[in-house]
Amino acid sequence: MTAVQQQPDVVVRRPQATARRRARLPGRRIGYLYVLPFFLVFAAFSVYPWIATAWVSLHDTRLTTYDQSSWVGLANYRNLFTNDFFWNAFRNTITIGIISTVPQLCMALGIAHLLNYRLRGRTFFRIAILMPYATSLAAATVIFAELFDPHLGLINWVLQAVHLPAVDWQGSKWPSQIAVSTIVTWRWTGYNALIYLAGMQAISSDLYEAAAMDGAGRWAQFRHVTLPGLRPTILFTIVVSTIGAAQLFGEPLLYHNGLPDGGTEGQYQTLGLLMYQQGWTNDRLGLASATAWTMFLIIVLAVGVNLLLARRRERHAGGRVRRSIALASVPEVTVR
Amino acid sequence: MRAAVKDQGALKASWVTYTIVGLVTLGSVFPLYYTVVMASHTNAEMAAGTPPLLPNMSVVDNVKKALELAPLNLGLVNSLIVAGSITIGTVMLCTLAGFAFAKLRFRGSGILLAICVATMMVPLQMGVIPLYIMMAKIGLANHLSAVILPSLCTAFGVFFMRQYVSSAVPDELIEAAYMDGAGPLRVFWSVVVPAVRPAMAVLGMLTFLMAWNDFFWPIIVLSSQNPTVQVSFQSLATGFAPQQSIIMAGTLYGTIPVLIVFALLGRQIVGGIMQGAIKG
Repeated sequence: MTAVQQQPDVVVRRPQATARRRARLPGRRIGYLYVLPFFLVFAAFSVYPWIATAWVSLHDTRLTTYDQSSWVGLANYRNLFTNDFFWNAFRNTITIGIISTVPQLCMALGIAHLLNYRLRGRTFFRIAILMPYATSLAAATVIFAELFDPHLGLINWVLQAVHLPAVDWQGSKWPSQIAVSTIVTWRWTGYNALIYLAGMQAISSDLYEAAAMDGAGRWAQFRHVTLPGLRPTILFTIVVSTIGAAQLFGEPLLYHNGLPDGGTEGQYQTLGLLMYQQGWTNDRLGLASATAWTMFLIIVLAVGVNLLLARRRERHAGGRVRRSIALASVPEVTVR
Repeated sequence: MRAAVKDQGALKASWVTYTIVGLVTLGSVFPLYYTVVMASHTNAEMAAGTPPLLPNMSVVDNVKKALELAPLNLGLVNSLIVAGSITIGTVMLCTLAGFAFAKLRFRGSGILLAICVATMMVPLQMGVIPLYIMMAKIGLANHLSAVILPSLCTAFGVFFMRQYVSSAVPDELIEAAYMDGAGPLRVFWSVVVPAVRPAMAVLGMLTFLMAWNDFFWPIIVLSSQNPTVQVSFQSLATGFAPQQSIIMAGTLYGTIPVLIVFALLGRQIVGGIMQGAIKG
């Protein structure tokens, strides 16, 4: 009895809490009303097409006779996986993905570190390194195609000026892949540097002071304070870059003057561009849809592996497993 | 404020830092500058000995020639319409949904949000074929609305707004509005929107930039007769421009407007990107 009598003091606070929680949802159904417009557009122009693509991938479909598609089961997939064009594009997507992402993120990390110093004119520097991000991929590719031009381009001139041989940036496999990757790297390095910089500024300066007191030099501080603190941000940028690299399309298209073959011998053909070629040049919509779904599965797999590796490292490092890190930051993933 | 305090704690930059940062800046800006140079010199001038490093007035002539080759002006107007509409639509839809996800607990909201975020992994390629057929059927192929409609909402936008609303709009404010008898729409307009206006501006700028620079879907659904500016670049590159200077002049002409806007709003855009990065 006494217990009950004493309770009120504590309980008084409780009703307030529940009242607040309830006040958050005045009319539970109102929530649906707010998200309805978004999900209507989303369902009509995103979810429906994704599912329809799966359907198309199981049919022999042409643009002109879309409604008379005939069921072919998994033939498109079988066709795809026994097709040299697919495997070539698959390999190129991976190699270009690595060449364009790994140096890019490493440089971004270094740049962010430098921008984190007390710099005069730091706003200027930040805006300047973000200029490539504001330049469209179409414009950037057209510009770099000219810079990499074997005869007129500035890059080969510089190479020759320092007595290096001129490089066939269009026709040879690795140089052309490096050129395409350079466009990606140019556009996205500054952007990722700013993301890292934001992450670095969120790290408490107490940690650095403590590390300094323990006698850690600058490099040790970077390794033992900055990098661990940035881990979620780094994982996030890796995931986003992976997703972007997997669907690379515009750069290889415009690098070859708008031809969808990825170079005369497909030396920089990517999956995203192959899908376009299959669908819009060769009128094989079923095959193109099979490619699209395969790309999706590849992305899910790649992202899954990334998250798994990161989780493992977290556990090794003795840190808490942060599940939603990849989902917990910003930028635009869908459009590149 | 907080950034300023942080920076005071940061180490002072040495000349090495300035040099490297300067080089990075040069690398970021030089290709854009050199576009002006390339736009003012003929192929012969570019190929002869030492390449030129300064632009000249023939860039104006070359822009005129580029305008005859590709409908760049139409492209710019179209891009403005497309990017403007997408921006307004996206900001509205995403603010509404973001608010609901942040402040209204309704059944399934967690799952809906998770699905929404997970769809960021879906490549663009996965929707374009049915979307193209759909647009053709309802007679929108080659219409600007075919570009606008599918881009009206992004999962990223919803997530971004949700994060901001969670931290920027106190529950008490919403409660108070309800107690005063305001309806849900009224609460949204008079309480939520004013409080999250900065985030809406950031999302608006990022969305505009993305929509302006979008390439994949526009090139599929639009023809070179009714292009966005990005699509008209393609007809420049594939068209039979006799000189690289004309291609460069056209590219320059189509890129400068957005670069000017970017230079004016650069501080805010930088702030928005960085702020978005920590919000998670």
